[in-house]
Amino acid sequence: MHAEELGADEVLLRPIQRTTRAFWLFSVPLVGIWIWGMYAWTRQLDSGLQMTGMNVPVYWGLYITGFVFFIGISHAGTLISAILRLCHAEWRRPITRAAEVITVLVLFFGAGCVILDLGRADRVMNVILHPNFQSPLVWDVCSITVYLTASTVYLYLPLIPDIALLRDRGGSRQWFYRILALGWSGSPGQKRLLERIIGVMAVIVIPIAVSVHTVVSWVFAMTVQPMWHSTIFGPYFVVGAIFSGIAAILIAMAIVRKAYGLQHYLKPVHFNNLGLLLLVFAALWTYFTLAEFLTTYYGSDPSHMTVFTSKFTGRYAYLFWTMVATCLVIPMALLVRRKTRATVWGCVVASISVEIGMWLERYLIVVPSLSNPRLPRADVSYFPTWVEWSLLAGFLAMFVFLYGLFTKFFPIISVWEIKEGREHALDEVATRVRATLPDSPA
Amino acid sequence: MTRWGMVIDLERCTACQACVVACKVENNIPPAGPEDAAVGRSIAWIRLARMETQEHGGVSSAQLVPVPCMHCENPPCVKVCPANATRIGEEGLVAQVYPRCIGCRYCTTACPYTVRQFNWKDAAWPEPLDQALSPDVSVRPRGVVEKCSFCHHRLMLARDRARFEKRELQDGDYLPACVESCPANAMFFGDLDDPHSEVSRLAESPRAFRLMEELGTRPKVTYLSRGD
Ligand code: SF4
Ligand code: SF4
Repeated sequence: MHAEELGADEVLLRPIQRTTRAFWLFSVPLVGIWIWGMYAWTRQLDSGLQMTGMNVPVYWGLYITGFVFFIGISHAGTLISAILRLCHAEWRRPITRAAEVITVLVLFFGAGCVILDLGRADRVMNVILHPNFQSPLVWDVCSITVYLTASTVYLYLPLIPDIALLRDRGGSRQWFYRILALGWSGSPGQKRLLERIIGVMAVIVIPIAVSVHTVVSWVFAMTVQPMWHSTIFGPYFVVGAIFSGIAAILIAMAIVRKAYGLQHYLKPVHFNNLGLLLLVFAALWTYFTLAEFLTTYYGSDPSHMTVFTSKFTGRYAYLFWTMVATCLVIPMALLVRRKTRATVWGCVVASISVEIGMWLERYLIVVPSLSNPRLPRADVSYFPTWVEWSLLAGFLAMFVFLYGLFTKFFPIISVWEIKEGREHALDEVATRVRATLPDSPA
Repeated sequence: MTRWGMVIDLERCTACQACVVACKVENNIPPAGPEDAAVGRSIAWIRLARMETQEHGGVSSAQLVPVPCMHCENPPCVKVCPANATRIGEEGLVAQVYPRCIGCRYCTTACPYTVRQFNWKDAAWPEPLDQALSPDVSVRPRGVVEKCSFCHHRLMLARDRARFEKRELQDGDYLPACVESCPANAMFFGDLDDPHSEVSRLAESPRAFRLMEELGTRPKVTYLSRGD
């Protein structure tokens, strides 16, 4: 088999062929943080959850916040890539894979957060052995498993032609790529089949992704606790998830672009388009937040109002207003004008701000409701301990490291899709547009 | 079938906490030091909750109310448990299955009365209290949730006795430790399904109310309000 000529696209394979010193400089601290996190975990396993800051009545803290946050980020990849594919958005080509990898990796850390939170992690199998199908946590287990499976398949399928490309180039890892390539030869029949399956998967993953964060929200909404028991939570969480997801893609794109010199592939126009999407979701998020808080305020049920005031003016006010600033003010200011939106730094600053804000949003859903139970208790406040922070940092670090590792084995920008775009997209788009014009044959 | 329920007369209750102590001794609840208490980690199956009541002339006063598990007929905690570790039994007792609990604390967050307790650390008793544990009640391992069981172990004894005497369980067959210990006779316990029992008569009293009835939990603990 002869290796295909790639011309300019050769740069897309360079990260796989050559590992620079910068990569190691980037990996070592991340792995170090992860090891530190694992050390914290052994301490927690050894002494129990007394190592955390959780108490009565704040039974849930950073871990459950992390769970909601990480699962939220997972909506970056699969969902957005599926929507862009289905809409035939041509600018998707260099973005989809970078996005899909986020989903698959981050899901493990989302699920991992729940394991950290368990008092008896050794008994986690009881959820499968003795499931109570009334429990939203069991719904979560089901939907996240389905989502992880579907997104892995959805990541893998478009990888096959690129894996075959790497296989044909030989090298020491050839056996690995040979297995994964599933005998891909690139024949027209195979291509048609692959595109058909990708199309079908893109349709299937959308409802699955929506279900995932809906069910996560129902963990809260299905209880009767103040400011959790809300019908709006399903869509509110999904919007928040996509919001933080888009921000995650933008950050990943900026890093990959800089690290591997992919300026010609990830252009300002890509940042501009995703930035627009981020802007739309900032507006949507604001709308939902307003709807949620205004109805609570007008209902003025005393137990809801205690939680409301603790967020608005009370103990959590500084976090609440930081959230408003980071989810609304900063992204709006940066993304409304094209001048800042169509730049990498503009999008990245807005995205980092959104990530901070969305993390705070999750925290402000979990903790204030629990700190203000209906039957007042002795006033204790929750503050996460070093164990909780270390584990959060460890998870984040490992996620980033694994993302980096992925780029060392597979092209982070889909080579064949770029090539296809270059060769066929223009004609295809022209045909599509022509078909919509009034004077074209029906 | 018996349906066990409790009535607490707030007119009689002096907030002396005898029930709290009796419960801890009866159910092998480990004592908590000041450090644990300060961070809200002392375990109690029944506690005195402080409730503000609006009095005449704008002067508000507080009232201390004993709060055990309400053994709700429609318990929010049971619905959410992923592992079936908390179930409502035939006689209406909401039971906790320690060996099955995974410690996710979903039930603790879902209970509107915040009566569920988590074992943050290993249970330990200073000498000589460790010699005085009740053999009828299992000591809970670290990492699981526990709560008031309406002294389920006493119910099991009563059930055996009834079987031995070849009769059905009935009102008055057993009392939980808190009810037994109350020096002011403010607590009553018995069969709510028996229309002649003292608890079902008291539960019909015009002074009777239940905590957060509006949430639809249908608690089986009834309070009799103060007359003043
Ligand atoms: S009071 Fe709480 S723990 Fe007891 S049955 Fe009701 S919801 Fe469950
Ligand atoms: S902590 Fe135990 S009893 Fe409570 S919901 Fe989790 S598994 Fe069920």
